[in-house]
Amino acid sequence: MEIKMVNLTKIFTSKNRKEVRAVDHVDLVIPTGKLIGLLGPSGCGKSTTLYLIAGLLRQTEGQIYFGNDEVSEMPPEQRGIGLVFQNYALYPHMTVRENILFPLQNLKVPKEDAKKQTYDMAKLVGLEELLDRKPKELSGGQQQRVAIARALVKKPRVLLLDEPLSNLDARLRLQTREEIKRIQRETGITTVFVTHDQEEAMSISDEIVVMKDGIIQQMGQPQDVYDHPNNLFVAKFLGNPQINVFDGEIVDGKVLIDGMAFAETKLPNQKIIAGIRPEGFVVDKTKKSPFKFEIDLVETIGRDTTLIIEVTAEESTLLDKKTFKAIVDAEFRIKPKDVVHFIIKSEKIHLFDLDGKLL
Amino acid sequence: METKNNWKAWLYLAPMLLLMSVFTFYPLINAFIISFYKGYMPLRNTVEGFTLLGNYLVILKRPEFWNAVKNTFVIAFVSVPISIFLSLLISTALKSIPKLTKFFQTIFFLPYVTNAIAVGMTFAVMFNKTYGLVNLILGWFGITAIDWIGGTSNWGTQMTALLVFTIWESLAFKILVFTSGMQNIDKQYYDAAKIDSASKWTVFRRITVPLLSPIILYISITSMIGALKAYNTVIGLFGTKMGNPSYSMITIVAFVYKFRAELASKGYYSYAAAAAIILFLITVTFSLIQGVVAKKRVHY
Repeated sequence: MEIKMVNLTKIFTSKNRKEVRAVDHVDLVIPTGKLIGLLGPSGCGKSTTLYLIAGLLRQTEGQIYFGNDEVSEMPPEQRGIGLVFQNYALYPHMTVRENILFPLQNLKVPKEDAKKQTYDMAKLVGLEELLDRKPKELSGGQQQRVAIARALVKKPRVLLLDEPLSNLDARLRLQTREEIKRIQRETGITTVFVTHDQEEAMSISDEIVVMKDGIIQQMGQPQDVYDHPNNLFVAKFLGNPQINVFDGEIVDGKVLIDGMAFAETKLPNQKIIAGIRPEGFVVDKTKKSPFKFEIDLVETIGRDTTLIIEVTAEESTLLDKKTFKAIVDAEFRIKPKDVVHFIIKSEKIHLFDLDGKLL
Repeated sequence: METKNNWKAWLYLAPMLLLMSVFTFYPLINAFIISFYKGYMPLRNTVEGFTLLGNYLVILKRPEFWNAVKNTFVIAFVSVPISIFLSLLISTALKSIPKLTKFFQTIFFLPYVTNAIAVGMTFAVMFNKTYGLVNLILGWFGITAIDWIGGTSNWGTQMTALLVFTIWESLAFKILVFTSGMQNIDKQYYDAAKIDSASKWTVFRRITVPLLSPIILYISITSMIGALKAYNTVIGLFGTKMGNPSYSMITIVAFVYKFRAELASKGYYSYAAAAAIILFLITVTFSLIQGVVAKKRVHY
């Protein structure tokens, strides 16, 4: 089921009558059968958007459509959605079976059918052995799967997940995100999930939607958004370690940072902000490259190595921080204090104007 | 736990323990002992001997005692469930009007801070046959005036009036406890239930009540104990005559009081003590039963 949001706006009024635009004129189409990650820092309006789709919040302005069906004014129970809450909201006094059965009982599904559907759903999420346990007797990951089963058992048109992985430890998080992906594929249900973790969003989403201050910054396939960020915010939000951001300028078709020409461009002369992804630095074995830096810290994780370079110049061109990072192949055994020559991959450089808009 | 600092704990507890020893432990134990005295005259403090069950048998043979037991049980087993159910409904209703909750909480709490005797007298007027509010309202529906508590009333009408008064009086505290208990239930359960298409009644029955069950247990045990000790409501509504004919609405505590008051009659003090001990055993028994039931029915 396609989800369409038109001019969707939600304004919260706080006690001292201050208005907060949590969601600001959002136009968004979520295609049928896709897994979409709503991504952004806390307070960006992603959860509000999700709750607007769910109907637990009422929009101030705008419309929401499921297919051709306008649901803007419908209460949540009529919208045909399944929602997985951040802390699952499993009914603590009911067993797993009763939790999954609960929506079916409310919909007056005949007993035998309901029993079968509950079992099938438990099987889909791999919990058929644990049907008689209470939620508190389950691990976090298992509780999560019960919540998904409960959301899916009534065959909703849309599945919504609010920060589905944030309550899990690192190992479970990896497992569970694969699990969510698998369940979504098997059921083919249009799924929207909210997260502040860019890695999580990128790894399982068909498309990601990056939000900030209630406004959609960019939407697209994860790799596309990563490779072609619309603005500095998106560039900085995606990628770990973060993109390195420098003050620079364009002079006669050359991108100058700290007086050195890092790249060529056809853009006119102007002051710019240049972002260079850490993996854009490649070690130059010939040591001919003019970009040489003394390494301050080395972080090894086995697959690759992160080099941390401190900028000591008095007037640093580096924005935000005093250091920048380069990720290089682990084959180079680089130690602190080594001087390394780099080649800069031009496709890993992104140029923005001083307002952060992509040039 | 370090034992050398225990004296401090005892020191802090001392005032309370002292008061409890004088006003709780000593009378409790003494009541036991008195219930075994034969021919006890409290004013002269003379005893003619001891009897294990004599005093108990005397009161168990009295129809008035069984009437008191019957009345007490009816009060406890009718008023407690009804008032718990009503106060749960009222609390749920209050929760759905968050802006007025505080205001209504105050209103509903007023009965708790009023005196049962004074309110009982008001109820007595309300249940008056000729100029009472109850008959006036019933009259609107074409029901002829009923003598609830007057000279021609019977046990059924009197008990009905007493139950209405008892339930009304006991709602206040329950509503207060339930509303604050409901505020501790995570709102997400209600959101989840909404999405799961649960009706209001289903939410009440399958979410609110089970999640409140520890508090409901606490309330049902304490109000059961309170109801088994019913006395002042009877005096409030019927006066010291306790019903028509006299003493038809007597409760166990009233029975104890009636016998205890006859200080000059030989052995009556011991009958009162025996009745008090029986009430004590009844109360303990029901508390234990509730505790056992709770283990099966109360969640987490």
